[in-house]
Amino acid sequence: MSTRESILAAVLKNQPPASPLPDLSFFKGNRQDLASTYQAVFTSIGGSVFVVDNLAAVNARLLENFDSTKRLVTTLPDLGEPFDLLSKTADPRTFNDVELAVLEAQLAVAENGAVWLPEQRMGQRIIPYICQHLAVVVRAETIVPTLHEAYAQIGVGDYGFGAFIGGPSKTADIEQALVMGAHGPITMSVFILDRNTD
Amino acid sequence: MERGTKDHAALAEAFNQDEEHVNWHDGALWWIRQKRDMAAKNIPEWEQLREAASRIKSNVLSNLHDYLLQFEDNLTKNGVTVHWAADAEEHNRIVYSILKAREITQMIKSKSMLTEECHLNEYLIERGIDVINSDLGEYIQQLDNEPPSHIVLPCIHKRKEEIGEIFHEHLGTEKGVSDPTTLTRFARWHLRDAFISRRAALTGVNFAVAETGEYVVCTNEGNADMGAHLSDIQIASMGIEKIIPKKQHLGIFLRLLARSATGQPITIYSSHFKKPRAGQEMHLILVDLGRSRQLGRPDFRDSLKCIKCGACMNTCPVYRKSGGLSYHNTISGPIGAILAPNLDMKKHADLPFASTLCGSCSNVCPVKINIHDQLYQWRQVIVQEGYAANTKVLGMKAMAWTLSSPGSYSTIGRAGRWVLNNIPFAINNKFNPWYKQREMPDGPKESFGEWYAKNQRENGAEKSELPLTRKPA
Ligand code: SF4
Repeated sequence: MSTRESILAAVLKNQPPASPLPDLSFFKGNRQDLASTYQAVFTSIGGSVFVVDNLAAVNARLLENFDSTKRLVTTLPDLGEPFDLLSKTADPRTFNDVELAVLEAQLAVAENGAVWLPEQRMGQRIIPYICQHLAVVVRAETIVPTLHEAYAQIGVGDYGFGAFIGGPSKTADIEQALVMGAHGPITMSVFILDRNTD
Repeated sequence: MERGTKDHAALAEAFNQDEEHVNWHDGALWWIRQKRDMAAKNIPEWEQLREAASRIKSNVLSNLHDYLLQFEDNLTKNGVTVHWAADAEEHNRIVYSILKAREITQMIKSKSMLTEECHLNEYLIERGIDVINSDLGEYIQQLDNEPPSHIVLPCIHKRKEEIGEIFHEHLGTEKGVSDPTTLTRFARWHLRDAFISRRAALTGVNFAVAETGEYVVCTNEGNADMGAHLSDIQIASMGIEKIIPKKQHLGIFLRLLARSATGQPITIYSSHFKKPRAGQEMHLILVDLGRSRQLGRPDFRDSLKCIKCGACMNTCPVYRKSGGLSYHNTISGPIGAILAPNLDMKKHADLPFASTLCGSCSNVCPVKINIHDQLYQWRQVIVQEGYAANTKVLGMKAMAWTLSSPGSYSTIGRAGRWVLNNIPFAINNKFNPWYKQREMPDGPKESFGEWYAKNQRENGAEKSELPLTRKPA
């Protein structure tokens, strides 16, 4: 018998009688104040949130904080200069010098502050991890209350890779002291794009 | 890796030599437990989430055979190569053969308790393959040639000065530097090079979705992703119990995991791996390593529901005061003590006794494993099989008598308090290893039961019914 067959046989022999799956329809989040809840949670995680009404405002705010002589990349064609559009075919190792990456999330979760990025929105899978700083644009109307609504929207999804990202990379492995920027971005900013702000 | 032939009590005694250090360890873990409590309180449906998670896992265990087939089928459709391993040796051999076929001599690994259980690093290093653990805590443990002491916080037992010394010795940082930010930045810089240059990456798996064939890896550092997305060959190792049926179930488990582990609303990164990227190879190894046997033990199979959050360790008074390494097993703490005897009952006979059976672990467990009941049940099995040391047998006889006669709780309590206040040495003796290095608290003057009865009487109630002597329903 192959290992596969013997493991499967042992599992079949030893598994207990059928136990039904629970009904999950009970789990629903509160749809009130999604943007402000998101903002409060994400800030408490150590991220920064800005509410803006267009991409020009994102561009301006980022250039106030980042050095435009360094490598700044994006997947958003409308973000404008000096951001370079990401190549989908370059060797991922060549992004090691990216200072700032600007991406747009498919949705964000108010309860935990995470944004959902399928790989199509990352440009390349490595981008949101290898950059020194990460900025993500979230359309206000895409914020959902909890992960339940998020997964209902994501469905099976046509991505090969996707991730929830909820803040700057962090560690507390040395004496529980919180340090941002363990291996990934040292900061993460979210721009809530709300066309109804004015 | 082995902690010699010493048992938990002896190793705990050694850990307790440095009182200040033990108090720090105790306090740091208790603070994480408190953060967990605050996070749980923010979710009104927390208890329903735990119940749902536990039931989903019951369903998984009852239908694991079919879910494994479904998962395998979907992985294959997604372009992932699937391997099966019965034990550690077979798992390690598979990893080695994948690397050898591509002439790879260096690999980077993110946190995976399973590969620790398999002693994969030692196996590969003996065969000329260099492995770096990229999780900061595991990296520190690897430099210091020690296994992780906690499944979520691998070097929680170390002070920053010790870590500074390790960095100085192995990485050449300045002597005396112990600032956490400085040390972390140094490790970041050092490991960046490894991520960029290594062609193979191995990760663990937190949840594997049968329905879609994708698997989810949760980290805070982003190290699993740095390794995986820069690699040509990506390998994931998982125990067969990590399956969940549907993608929507991730909503339940991800709401529970980080809140239970550290009090965070979600880990910074929850990465969903489905297909290799263009030009990349992906392998997934399904490992049994005792899981199918544990599945066949009705009293202990629920231990396979564990999502490795570490909450039972953070809350455990014995763990906090003895340190993870005293359990001489990869998975330490209460959950380790119910998983380990399945693997080697004789070697781990001491672990189910490393508990006060206070039940705090079961109360915090996000998948509602009856951990302390299982600890008690393992004691029975271990004694029947003749593996218990003498002192433990004495302790257990008393325990068995206490627990089998709920009506005697109040008497025992009264007697216990009398003993504490009058002949403390009866408890401070070699039959009670938990008394060592510790001062027993003064016994309270009266229990709730006595206080209640007296108050009832004082308030003129005719006959008081003692709540503590009533038989539990
Ligand atoms: S047994 Fe429960 S509390 Fe302990 S690590 Fe596993 S899931 Fe967490």
